[in-house]
Amino acid sequence: MNTYSLFYQFHFYLFGVVAIVAALTFVTRRSPVAAAMWLIVTLFALAAEYIMLDAQFIGAMQVLVYAGAIMVIFLFVIMLLNLGAPSEIADARGLWGKLLGGFAALALVAELGVLSRTGIPSGQYLVSRTFVEDQITRYGAVGAVARPLYRDFSLAFELTSVLLLVAVAGAVMLGRRREPSAG
Amino acid sequence: MLAESLGLSAILFAIGVAGVLTRRNAIIIFMCIELMLNAVNLTFVALSRYYGMAGQVFVVFVMTVAAAEAAVGLAIIISIFRHRQTVDLRNINLLRG
Repeated sequence: MNTYSLFYQFHFYLFGVVAIVAALTFVTRRSPVAAAMWLIVTLFALAAEYIMLDAQFIGAMQVLVYAGAIMVIFLFVIMLLNLGAPSEIADARGLWGKLLGGFAALALVAELGVLSRTGIPSGQYLVSRTFVEDQITRYGAVGAVARPLYRDFSLAFELTSVLLLVAVAGAVMLGRRREPSAG
Repeated sequence: MLAESLGLSAILFAIGVAGVLTRRNAIIIFMCIELMLNAVNLTFVALSRYYGMAGQVFVVFVMTVAAAEAAVGLAIIISIFRHRQTVDLRNINLLRG
């Protein structure tokens, strides 16, 4: 197994705790704006985790695309629909809903914990132990992701453009304001 | 760091599931889905160190799908809000028999 320095481990756990605490705060906020802000904190902590896991490009994408673009869309919609006031939003479900949600969450954690203990052979590398680091040193942080993206997954990459086109067309069509007589 | 990453991912995914099941605000439910997608991304990134670069490429695709989903979903929410003046899921029960 790789050995990690104490500095690395400390920051890995630190950002993990930040992500969990921010996520818990996020699902318990009443105001959508506060919830969005806490979700952004989670996304930033996850970006730090990606960078520590040798995925520098993904970490940068996380900050640019998720925290920068997607969450801004969410905040725009909250602002546009004037949903910022906490009193307007619905509260959480009743006691049964909360119990069901908590139970489902605990069951999922237990299930995934058992799976990660048994299903995945821990420490078994299919590639060489420093494969990702070598790729990044050889091709750079962007090139290491771009080479398999354009070589092995080029068809999926092209299909992604179709998906984005459909999404843009659908968003424009759904967001279009109808004629007052029709509505 | 594989076990720690997978554990963190499991916890974040479960928080997202709990949020979807307990909240009623459509926008917050959408943000919970984004949180779940991010938990899966963390799994991909952590496993990409063991199984090659494909995991990081998948994360790029997941981010693209998340962006498309956010655009379409928020357009649907805006459209619903125009009709019902609310995003509370209790009031959106057109399909209830």
